[in-house]
Amino acid sequence: MTALLRTDGVSKAFGGVQALDGCSIEVARGSIAGLIGPNGSGKTTLFNMITGYGRVDSGDVYLNDTKITNLAPDKVFALGIGRTFQLTRVFSRLTVMENMIVAAHHKERAGRPGGGRVRNPFARAGGPATRRRAMELLEFTGIARLAGDRAETLSYGQRKLLELSYVLIADPEIILLDEPAGGVNPTLIGTIADRIRELNRQGTTFLIVEHNMEFVMGLCDQVTVLDYGNAVVSGPPDVIRNDRRVLDAYLGTAEADDDSPAA
Amino acid sequence: MNPAAVARTAGVVALLAVAAAVPLASNVTLTHVGVFVLMYVGATLAWNIFSGYTGYISLGAAVFFGCGMYTVAIITKHLNLTGGVVFALFPVGAVVAGLVAVPFGLIALRVRRHTFVVVTIAIFFIFQLMASNFSFTGGSAGILPPFLNWDPNTFDEPFYYTALLVAVAAGVLAWLIWGSRFGLQLRAIRDDEDRARGLGVRAMRVKLAAFVISAVIIGFLGGLYFYFQQEALPEFAFNPFFDLTIALMAFIGGFGTLWGPVLGALLLEPYLGYAQLQISNSYLAEVVLGAVFLAVILFLPRGILPTVGEMITKWRAARARRAATPADGHPPEVAAAAGSGATGGGGVR
Amino acid sequence: MGSRLFQALVDGVLGGGVYGLMAVGLTLIFGVLDIINIAQGILVVLGSYLSFVLATHLHINVFLGLLITIPAMFILGIAIQWFFIRPLRGRERTSMSLLASYSVAIIIEGVLYQVFGSNFKQIPTSYFNSTVQVFGYYIPYIYLLGFALAVLFVVAIYLLLYRTQFGRSVRATMQDHTAARLVGIDVNRVAAVTFGIGVAVTAAGGMVYGSINAFNPNSGYDLISRLLAIIILGGMGSIAGALAASVIMITLESMVDVFWNPSWSVVVFYAVLVLVLVFRPQGLFGRREARAQ
Repeated sequence: MTALLRTDGVSKAFGGVQALDGCSIEVARGSIAGLIGPNGSGKTTLFNMITGYGRVDSGDVYLNDTKITNLAPDKVFALGIGRTFQLTRVFSRLTVMENMIVAAHHKERAGRPGGGRVRNPFARAGGPATRRRAMELLEFTGIARLAGDRAETLSYGQRKLLELSYVLIADPEIILLDEPAGGVNPTLIGTIADRIRELNRQGTTFLIVEHNMEFVMGLCDQVTVLDYGNAVVSGPPDVIRNDRRVLDAYLGTAEADDDSPAA
Repeated sequence: MNPAAVARTAGVVALLAVAAAVPLASNVTLTHVGVFVLMYVGATLAWNIFSGYTGYISLGAAVFFGCGMYTVAIITKHLNLTGGVVFALFPVGAVVAGLVAVPFGLIALRVRRHTFVVVTIAIFFIFQLMASNFSFTGGSAGILPPFLNWDPNTFDEPFYYTALLVAVAAGVLAWLIWGSRFGLQLRAIRDDEDRARGLGVRAMRVKLAAFVISAVIIGFLGGLYFYFQQEALPEFAFNPFFDLTIALMAFIGGFGTLWGPVLGALLLEPYLGYAQLQISNSYLAEVVLGAVFLAVILFLPRGILPTVGEMITKWRAARARRAATPADGHPPEVAAAAGSGATGGGGVR
Repeated sequence: MGSRLFQALVDGVLGGGVYGLMAVGLTLIFGVLDIINIAQGILVVLGSYLSFVLATHLHINVFLGLLITIPAMFILGIAIQWFFIRPLRGRERTSMSLLASYSVAIIIEGVLYQVFGSNFKQIPTSYFNSTVQVFGYYIPYIYLLGFALAVLFVVAIYLLLYRTQFGRSVRATMQDHTAARLVGIDVNRVAAVTFGIGVAVTAAGGMVYGSINAFNPNSGYDLISRLLAIIILGGMGSIAGALAASVIMITLESMVDVFWNPSWSVVVFYAVLVLVLVFRPQGLFGRREARAQ
């Protein structure tokens, strides 16, 4: 069974820094995959390469065996890969609902035959179907009551939920989450994890970058560890937890050998 | 229909009625200044449709004004037109301005915001220079229209009504765009263009469309201005103060809001228009314009509408808070604070 | 033909050096404060007027006069930054500061008109009239001295940026305001002083410009439009770029002036700008940054 998302030997250097060095990972359809590794191991860079926020130096990215290397971000988004950012990116001056509508618009458009070249530009933003779906999603993530508020008034955690919501409205096949639990209070982390599980049950695949080990190990089916731009090991959480190489990656190989990893 | 909407509509209708009645007062000065006010309302609305919504500040609007002006001037002069038919030329000026906006926009919109402003300034100067140097624009002497044999007492009236129509049309357009998908995309671009792009917004197309719309309206007004002022001179057709004044009006009223530009123009232009007639020393007017602009930027950076809006929101929130506080004036928490010092009125005697 | 070419080249290179000095100030301000100082043009003119007053009323040698005008402009620069730029906050800082500096520019212009009127002036200086002979061509002293002055200042700025502690702070701030603050750099002070330096060079530029050209308050527009075109061409924030672009553009303009038609030389200037923007928006030395806000 081919993976839904796959990278094959992706390399990327920034000046003298080799951020990704022949990185190959796989994300199985319907799974929740985790991507961990020490700072600077290339996790966000990999996300950027997959979603088109930068060009690869070499290697390829495949979605369902279709090569999508170096496609522009909007094309990647249109193909069904949604993505959130470490530092949340929402449209601050627009309301929560308007944020949702912006993300939905091209799906509205793509749904029409002919790709929608000659559409009425003055049409009201967001048709009734879009707004309904948006409210559904906002209720799902728990911020529906903020629908009329400007995004800049939201707390950090609420913004993360908004970003998740508007990525969802495009009905992506797979969502890349960049540190969804970062800087968020523990209760909200639990909520986010629940939402992810629920969406996964409904068929969405996830690839999650996180530093919060509890979050990752508790949520993911498969965890890949990156170190120095390379996928070092990949497997279920239990296996990873006890793998020597993971510890080396995080703590460095100079650690004394009598420190055995926690069982 | 809710009371707020009714009140708003009534207000707008009243405003329009008043505006339409101005020329009937038969005060030539009033009508004359009125034309300027309406022109600036239209121009500022048009400018805001592009610059306000997308956040790309353009200081090259005068290019379109001048193009409209010169288009009408050249055609009028060559065909030696007089009479009301001239008014039919204004749309031609608008179209020419729109056509100029396309290459202008394609070049200028490829760069970052700061560079964009600078590019608009540079292109503005190119046009001013061209107007001064080309012979078909009359060089630095400019162009004068064939003599119009109209009654000086009512001369301004047709211009007034035309300008009023443009201002209303611009307002309607701005309102339509604001609530439309097009407008939402523009505003999303202002907040985070890259993210908007990543979500599928065709940024260049959208920006260019707004740019051209803005140009067409301003071009029309330029054409109107030629006949109103009875001359086309490079330094007035392509006048940097035009750009600054529009920007200032938009900022005073509320940059990027829907109605802020109207407020700004209504507040500022009567003063400026009147001052222009009174103060023969235009250099002083310059200083005042600069000082006012600085004051607005420093003290009222969001403009009047947003600031007032914020004040109202704060006042409402404070009122709600007061309503939630118990009658004796103490904040709800009691037990925790009991041991730590004074608890207001019930303190140690 | 050869002599005219040589003349054009000399005018271009020497003139380019002087423009380079003013452009370096402008690009430095952009690099550190992330703002475009539209007032740079009129400040040069102010510098010209100051030198003019010193030369005609106090009969001070123009170069000695710089000892007064440079510190004066430096302080003016700091004052402008402190009162009108620094208070600006929020996401639209860059655009607002542009409008703020434009406002300051027209205020200064208006004041200059009030004080000096609209008649053209030129700084009377013997350096303009006496020439030196080089390879059989006559070059006014002021061109050479102006160029030398420009070189002197650019070297001084370079040394300041790369050999002093303060310069390190400036470069750090150019890279990242927040990071600079985190390592204890007083970003406000750096910003103020940098703006001051950027304006101080206009004193020198103004003196040379005013000695070579007749000027009035309106000259500010012409100057700022050229300076802006130059720094865009060179790459905004790049000092080497500002220099290279100045020399290239002014030489080009000089050639057009001599070989084609003086009134078109300026149009060519902007046409080149437009061409550059179409094919290489980041300029010669600019970094191809992501389209940040």
